[in-house]
Amino acid sequence: MSRRLAAEIATLTLEHLWLVLIAIGVAALIAVPGAIALTRRPAWRRWVLGLANILQTIPSLALFGFLLPLPVIGGIGRHTAIVALCVYALLPILRNTLLGILGVDAGVLESAVAMGMTRNQILWRVELPLAVPAILAGLRIATVATIGTATIAAAIGAGGLGVFIFRGIATVDTSVVLAGAVPAALMALLADEGLEWIEKRLSRA
Amino acid sequence: MDGSPILEIRDLACRLGERLILRGINLDVREGETIVLLGRSGCGKTTLLKCVNGLIPLAGGEIRFEGRSTAEWDLIRLRRRMGYVIQDAGLFPHWTVAANVGLVPQLEEWEPARIEERVHFLLRTVGLPPGEFGPRYPRQLSGGQKQRVGIARALAADPPLLLLDEPFAALDPITRFELQKQFLALRETVRKTALFVTHDVREALMVATRIVLLKEGMIDLIATRDEFLAARSAEAQAFLAGLEEEWRKQDESAPRG
Ligand SMILES: Nc1ncnc2c1ncn2[C@@H]1O[C@H](COP(=O)(O)OP(=O)(O)OP(=O)(O)O)[C@@H](O)[C@H]1O
Ligand SMILES: [Mg+2]
Repeated sequence: MSRRLAAEIATLTLEHLWLVLIAIGVAALIAVPGAIALTRRPAWRRWVLGLANILQTIPSLALFGFLLPLPVIGGIGRHTAIVALCVYALLPILRNTLLGILGVDAGVLESAVAMGMTRNQILWRVELPLAVPAILAGLRIATVATIGTATIAAAIGAGGLGVFIFRGIATVDTSVVLAGAVPAALMALLADEGLEWIEKRLSRA
Repeated sequence: MDGSPILEIRDLACRLGERLILRGINLDVREGETIVLLGRSGCGKTTLLKCVNGLIPLAGGEIRFEGRSTAEWDLIRLRRRMGYVIQDAGLFPHWTVAANVGLVPQLEEWEPARIEERVHFLLRTVGLPPGEFGPRYPRQLSGGQKQRVGIARALAADPPLLLLDEPFAALDPITRFELQKQFLALRETVRKTALFVTHDVREALMVATRIVLLKEGMIDLIATRDEFLAARSAEAQAFLAGLEEEWRKQDESAPRG
């Protein structure tokens, strides 16, 4: 492997990682508070989850296509890719956080009320800590999926490991495709293992 | 002891779903009393405690605590003035024993040093060495140890009223007897007022200053220990018959000569 190729793999891997981290971060900032709000508004649950579900089913290339002509969030470049990746990451985080909070043992909740905890104290000290494993599981699913989807972001000029894949396809050169696919797969594996490890550590505490 | 009751229950009715679970409950609890709520499983004992604690809205009647109707109380304040030992302990699984016991003092923003001192004192009081048990999590405790932690937690902020829901159930007879004795000793030292739920007539006779016998959501009778032993109601007779049966068996199994 040439030095130049190695350097390019490193650069694109970092780019890829950034795309994923920013997208997951933003998605979590929307989905976790959103899920908390939904635990307080049962009537909205079906609609919001339904919407997130529909968004999830849009093929990623098509979603990039829809976003391109839009002002502010659209156009060629990184931010459009981040918006799209965010949209995909929303559902798993939203659903897992919601299920995690709703899954807190009813007896534990009643005990929290009986001890004279306020609504906010119950949320921050009981519901969220007990939902942490579920939230992390949602983050893990979203991260692994996003690492894969982010390879398509190269199609709209967002960079990342997809650059190799598209170049390899255009030049019918499998080794170039692999230069993109292998690091992406490794990244997904590492993310999966790493987040699972954290999940286990935390639920043991 | 002043004359006015700390807790007054007037014509209380309580509905869960469609069913009227409690009705016509009238009871005055004076300072220092241990009122035992005795009754069969499902008669509404836990429901009555939850009404007093404001966990279940009343369908009728009124509860007055420290002279004020619970409808006028800020429920958060009310609950922190009642130590509640929940049936099956209801500990927080993600907190240590020390954090569980220190919860209400912590909510009440006591100094950390004072909380720690209080937690240690209470754990010692219920027979759990603080150094060993304080850092443990509830899942690392036996059923009986959990119940002790539940009792310590209820006592933590020194509340004027204790609600105890079968605090010694699911314990082996020896440990139960020990905890019952500890409870009596504790009552001598801290002079707490308590509503104590049990379905065990022997326990009722041991700890009660007065027994309230519940039957199908209504008060069957209110009696002191001696009055209860002489009571004629069918429900009281049923409980006492169980007790006699137990004594007879003990006599038979006792070694002779
Ligand atoms: N959420 C609920 N909805 C409807 N009915 C309920 C509900 N909770 C309890 N009940 C019913 O109310 C009645 C009283 O229940 P409660 O828990 O007060 O009984 P208990 O006297 O404490 O019994 P135990 O000794 O078994 O704890 C029972 O018949 C029970 O089935
Ligand atoms: Mg009960």
